[in-house]
Amino acid sequence: MLKAINALLAILAGVGGGFALYLILNWLVERLPGRWEDRIKPYIFIGPAIVFVTIFLVYPALRTAYLSFFDDDGEEFVGLANYVELLAESSFLNALFNNLLWLIVVPAGVVVAGLIVAVLADQLSTRGENTVKSFIFLPMAISFVGASTIWRFVYAFEPEGRAQIGLLNAVWTFFGGDPVAWIQSDSFRLNSFLLMVIMIWLQTGFAMVLLSAAIKNVPTETVEAARIDGASEVQTFFQVVVPQIWSTVITVFVTVLILTLKIFDIIYVMTGGRFNTDVIGNRFITELINFGRDGRASAIVVMLLIAVIPVMIYQVRQFRQMEATR
Amino acid sequence: MTTTTPPLAPETEPEPPAKPSGGKPRRGVSTIIVRIALLVMVLVWTIPTIGLLVTSGREPEVVSNSGWWSVLSSPLDFTQWTAQNYEEVFTARGMGNAFLNSLVVTIPATVIPILVAAFAAYAFTFMKFPGRDVFFIVLVGLLVVPLQVAFIPLLQIFGEIGIVGTFPAVWLAHAAFGMPLAVYLLRNYMEGLPGEVIESAKVDGASHFVTFWRLIIPMSTPALAAYAIFQFLWVWNDLLVALIFLGPGDNEVVTVNLSTLVGTLGSDWHLLTAAAFITMIVPMIVFLSLQRYFVRGLTAGSVKG
Repeated sequence: MLKAINALLAILAGVGGGFALYLILNWLVERLPGRWEDRIKPYIFIGPAIVFVTIFLVYPALRTAYLSFFDDDGEEFVGLANYVELLAESSFLNALFNNLLWLIVVPAGVVVAGLIVAVLADQLSTRGENTVKSFIFLPMAISFVGASTIWRFVYAFEPEGRAQIGLLNAVWTFFGGDPVAWIQSDSFRLNSFLLMVIMIWLQTGFAMVLLSAAIKNVPTETVEAARIDGASEVQTFFQVVVPQIWSTVITVFVTVLILTLKIFDIIYVMTGGRFNTDVIGNRFITELINFGRDGRASAIVVMLLIAVIPVMIYQVRQFRQMEATR
Repeated sequence: MTTTTPPLAPETEPEPPAKPSGGKPRRGVSTIIVRIALLVMVLVWTIPTIGLLVTSGREPEVVSNSGWWSVLSSPLDFTQWTAQNYEEVFTARGMGNAFLNSLVVTIPATVIPILVAAFAAYAFTFMKFPGRDVFFIVLVGLLVVPLQVAFIPLLQIFGEIGIVGTFPAVWLAHAAFGMPLAVYLLRNYMEGLPGEVIESAKVDGASHFVTFWRLIIPMSTPALAAYAIFQFLWVWNDLLVALIFLGPGDNEVVTVNLSTLVGTLGSDWHLLTAAAFITMIVPMIVFLSLQRYFVRGLTAGSVKG
């Protein structure tokens, strides 16, 4: 009970503090003589946002890049040693390789699954379509940790002779297989792929919503015209519909790509990086929390950042184009 | 929240949840195949969660000796059902405490960035000042920066002012990490509001503060709601930031608690399933009740070529 009261007070303090800040700032500016008020006010309005982003994002990013050239206590300059050391470790290279697999499989898997649902559900009645879509969409509300628990249970393993309570092993043994400890089977990276399933399962709803909206925006005349010209359904889809929704496909792909690049929670919960499933997001946490090796952890983040830079440039260019057409 | 988000722009009409019926192509044989394919997908997307829910309400010994699907044969045998698992997880395993903490973390971490971003978005849209475009381009670039870049220096800063492991640390971190997206979405939305309204307010002598508060905020409700849902889900479902800045212990949130339980309870599935379900209830309710805004936020803008 005391805890609950404290919680309420904490919430009020956090939210109220924010409001108070603006009221005070605004009050101060309105005291200023007219012209100064107009000059200063924009900065009062954007100021707090800029301060937030600068202190908690921009400055730390620069500082992290700086720290990546220092030893783990941040005292001695070591040049590129952290990078060289990491890139020479087979366990780190393994994590990089897994990340690459994730980047290849997950965004593509999400787009394909989302497209399938969007296209097929479009054939149903409106009610049927909305029902199907809400089922696929619902996992979007579930956290990576929650979803990992859900799927850990699906992949659960009991030794032979005991009842299999994991759904996958139950199906597998029903068709005559021997029970498999799925999460530990790293031949052909099977376990990594099973973890990717979780991510695809979570993100398909997102892809479906965007792609479905895009498909409905495709002018019916173009589809009708293709059909009249004798194109099959498949031809119509790939040659008429897909080109018209391509920009949405790219949007979905890039969004999921960035998310996948940073993937951490699923691996942390399911394996902790063991059984050959480690990825850089998880390796970063291991270095930072378990080993307290700030220099190496910083170097890992900088590598992530470098990987994101092309997307950043793309994003800014897209934005400029969009602004130009406004 | 499990996604980053594409741009939101007000010019595109949001996809309505219900479309005018009729006019859909229907082709005989293929509809059956379509229906079967969709059924299979719906099953794959729902059964794992149903299994979790069913298991969380079963007696421990039945859970470990039979698959959850065996309840299908005798769902009315009430000896197999129990609320015991929830009780144990909630009290003995700290999930009740974590649940409160999650609320304490999530509500300010949602409200603060909205407030701050709304002011900034207003200035970016309706005020002219030197440096405006540069600031905004930087924000756009920051949309995709991985949060991890900020952790190590932030831990040092928070350590120096002594707030590591406390709620203000996560509020500030989440507010900052959510800021670029919030400003971006809201500004794109405000850009589409009718300019005449603002002009006439100015002519009537309304100050920026009044215009913002009385006109722009009410008119921006859809965008504010969409962002609020994103940020709420994202913060509630976040593990990474909570793990770094709050960690396990008295202030831990539900995701951290659950991830610890997965590590320690291993295969006590009756408890793990109940714990997982507790972490999912709030986002599910928020999501289901506000889905309309959420979908609108996702579809608007990104649809146009």
